[in-house]
Amino acid sequence: MFEVFGIPSQALFGQLLLGLINGSFYALLSLGLAVIFGMLNIINFTHGAQYMMGAFAAYLLLQHAGIGYWGALVIAPIVIGATGVFVERFFLQRLRKLDPLYGLLLTFGLALIIEGLFRNYYGSSGLPYQVPETLQGGRNLGFMFLPNYRAWVIVLSLAVCFATWFAIERTRLGSYLRAATENPVLVRAFGINVPRMVTLTYGFGVGLAALAGVMAAPIYNVSPQMGSDLIIVVFAVVVIGGMGSILGAILTGFALGIIEGLTKVFFPEASNTVIFVIMAIVLLIRPAGLFGRNA
Amino acid sequence: MERVLEEAGVPPRRRETAWSLGVAFAVMVALFIAAPFLVYPVFLMKALCFALFACAFNLLIGYVGLASFGHALFFGWASYVTAHAAKVWALPPELAVIVGMATAAVLGLVAGSIAIRRQGIYFAMITLALAQMMYFFALQAKFTGGEDGIQGVPRGRLFGFFDLTGEMRMYLFVLVVVLAGFLLIYRIINSPFGEVLKAIRENEQRTISLGYKTERYKLVAFVLSATLSGLAGSLKALVFQLASLTDVHWAMSGDVLLMTLLGGLGTVFGPVAGAFLVVAMQNYLATFGQWVLVIQGAIFVVCVLAFRRGIVGEIAHGLRVQL
Amino acid sequence: MPDTLALLAVKELEAWYGESHVLHGVTFDVRPGEVVTLLGRNGVGKTTTLKAIMGIIENRTGSVRFEGHELIALYSDAIARSGIAFCPEERGIFANLDVKENLLLPPQVRPGGLDLDRIFELFPNLRERLGSQGTKLSGGEQQMLAIGRILRTGARLLLLDEPTEGLAPVIIQQIGRMIGALKAQGFTILLVEQNFHFAATLADRYYVMEHGRIVDHFAAAELKANTEKLHEYLGV
Repeated sequence: MFEVFGIPSQALFGQLLLGLINGSFYALLSLGLAVIFGMLNIINFTHGAQYMMGAFAAYLLLQHAGIGYWGALVIAPIVIGATGVFVERFFLQRLRKLDPLYGLLLTFGLALIIEGLFRNYYGSSGLPYQVPETLQGGRNLGFMFLPNYRAWVIVLSLAVCFATWFAIERTRLGSYLRAATENPVLVRAFGINVPRMVTLTYGFGVGLAALAGVMAAPIYNVSPQMGSDLIIVVFAVVVIGGMGSILGAILTGFALGIIEGLTKVFFPEASNTVIFVIMAIVLLIRPAGLFGRNA
Repeated sequence: MERVLEEAGVPPRRRETAWSLGVAFAVMVALFIAAPFLVYPVFLMKALCFALFACAFNLLIGYVGLASFGHALFFGWASYVTAHAAKVWALPPELAVIVGMATAAVLGLVAGSIAIRRQGIYFAMITLALAQMMYFFALQAKFTGGEDGIQGVPRGRLFGFFDLTGEMRMYLFVLVVVLAGFLLIYRIINSPFGEVLKAIRENEQRTISLGYKTERYKLVAFVLSATLSGLAGSLKALVFQLASLTDVHWAMSGDVLLMTLLGGLGTVFGPVAGAFLVVAMQNYLATFGQWVLVIQGAIFVVCVLAFRRGIVGEIAHGLRVQL
Repeated sequence: MPDTLALLAVKELEAWYGESHVLHGVTFDVRPGEVVTLLGRNGVGKTTTLKAIMGIIENRTGSVRFEGHELIALYSDAIARSGIAFCPEERGIFANLDVKENLLLPPQVRPGGLDLDRIFELFPNLRERLGSQGTKLSGGEQQMLAIGRILRTGARLLLLDEPTEGLAPVIIQQIGRMIGALKAQGFTILLVEQNFHFAATLADRYYVMEHGRIVDHFAAAELKANTEKLHEYLGV
């Protein structure tokens, strides 16, 4: 135990860890938003609700099908991702030729519907979800105590973020996606089924949100409103990072989580608002966002 | 954004001096005068405040083409300041309202300067985030009373002698102010300033090349919209004698957006109709708990997919008049 | 010309850009192995014709038959997969992709597309620039990339929109030789060109367009006799 600026190391590193955890979720969610925005040019307001549905999927799988965390990690993103495919194909695709604002309004409406439905059935208080057995406990690192599950969350999000980045920036499939974000008409004229690719991309982004939800379930309570307050912060993260870049979304997410954690230690009253304040500052200095290209 | 309105069936340039507007206004005023004898004045006052809020919001989204997701910021904070001014500083209602409006104007100036830098969906997200920041501030500040809000706000005596405690008197006050606000917004839309706003909505590049500093116009419109939203919030604080966190929550921003969309973006009377419908619906469904959320969401979805002109917009389109 | 001989038969093709009616009934055909050129001033609808054939412009009526199949109701990806490749006027090189990825993007729609080595034979410069960002190439190199990538697909009908626009004479010659080589290999090419002299070295037949329709037509052999008429059409 030692002290940094008068704060005991346990507290400092504890908050940093928490910040890194939050940052993991910020990164995963803003990655999903960035991927969806790149292909569809809409902000997926439903993202928070889809994250919440991922967490509920994990809870329900355990309650009703006896399927635990590991199964949920695989099943929930696929199932919720499939609902995303449905939404894109039957709702968003219709709005493709209109101003992107309508897509935003539609996803906002869907978010209200989903949250309202879940609130009706499950009330407003949180439902518990156990940390899976293999990840329980933790280890003492000397300057702090590191819970195994927390470490797992960080590792898994880094892995998923890296894998997504790699898939988009370094693979053939990713080159189709990158080309389609730039000039979808020409890509289609080469013989590639762009509408289907767009639908699947949306489904993938939604799946990412759901995966984050499963990961969140053992840490935060599973509740219908877990998504809506989180998503507004993620929007600010995305504005700070700029929408143009996958890597930017990931880096900004982690960085802001850490900054928020540090703020909790040194300046607790501001911890709720620090990300928004940073957003305001970034907008004044660099309106396109830190990694953004021209809007 | 101009495509939004064309897609909604609103023609880009139109002189809004059609006879139908005059008729609709007369009908509306007549209804408002008769209404308190048939319907609870408190409900009407609530709807009137939101009607003004929606009209102010429509100024920005319907005529300039900027979709703000954070207007609760102005509505709610004006409400807090007016409540505080009436209760703690014991200001008479007209001054309390003015102070509230001034607060909204300042907030509008600051928020607008930051948000106007980006367009479209970015603008929406920035306004949302700024409003959320101020929500957290309201949650934590002592001045706002946190979760309890500011309660027991006195309505006071208008100009020192007109006691507003009685519902009918308060209704009269609210009606006069809201109508004044409505007419002011109408006047703004149909002034040279308003024509520039519409030109910006139609083709900003062209307007810039004509020599207009469009950023300035957008900012002024933003501040006007914020100020009048603040006026609505201030009135509401006096009507309910309460200012609370609900007024600054993002759901409130969503509500006003819903009202405007349902009523009809870019129409004159749409926001009023939308406000009344949504307030009525919320009242009626209050016992059904969270279904309000679901139904509001469903209305959003239906409007966006199939009903983009909104109710008043559809009526106007069907009768081929302007409303 | 009897339809049965044509690889591509366009009949009464009309098209709209939004409200604007830009093609007023275009009729022509292209036989296998030919190089056919659409000539005309700016704005007469040459590029629009290519885009309408390709389905890039969706608001269209009439008939477009390729190898006997009707394309008018298909989306552009289906049209591409039937064996037609399109090289747009602006070249369409993707900035988000490097040269290699640009080259490999269009999928194979028919067997028999050129492999990378053959393409590098035709365009040696590309081999050196494989890792560069697509848009960092010069105009000429981008044009070669744009043509090279569609040769991989195996499509036998190529629609080329102004391949020599804005290029230096040396590069134009190179492209001319390349198109000649493709023709010798049996590719069929529908070419849109402003540069009449370039087209004259390659084309078997010419169609002249004005105001969204075909107004004249002649074979290569008749070119000399019609030079004056052509100059009038092209406003040269």
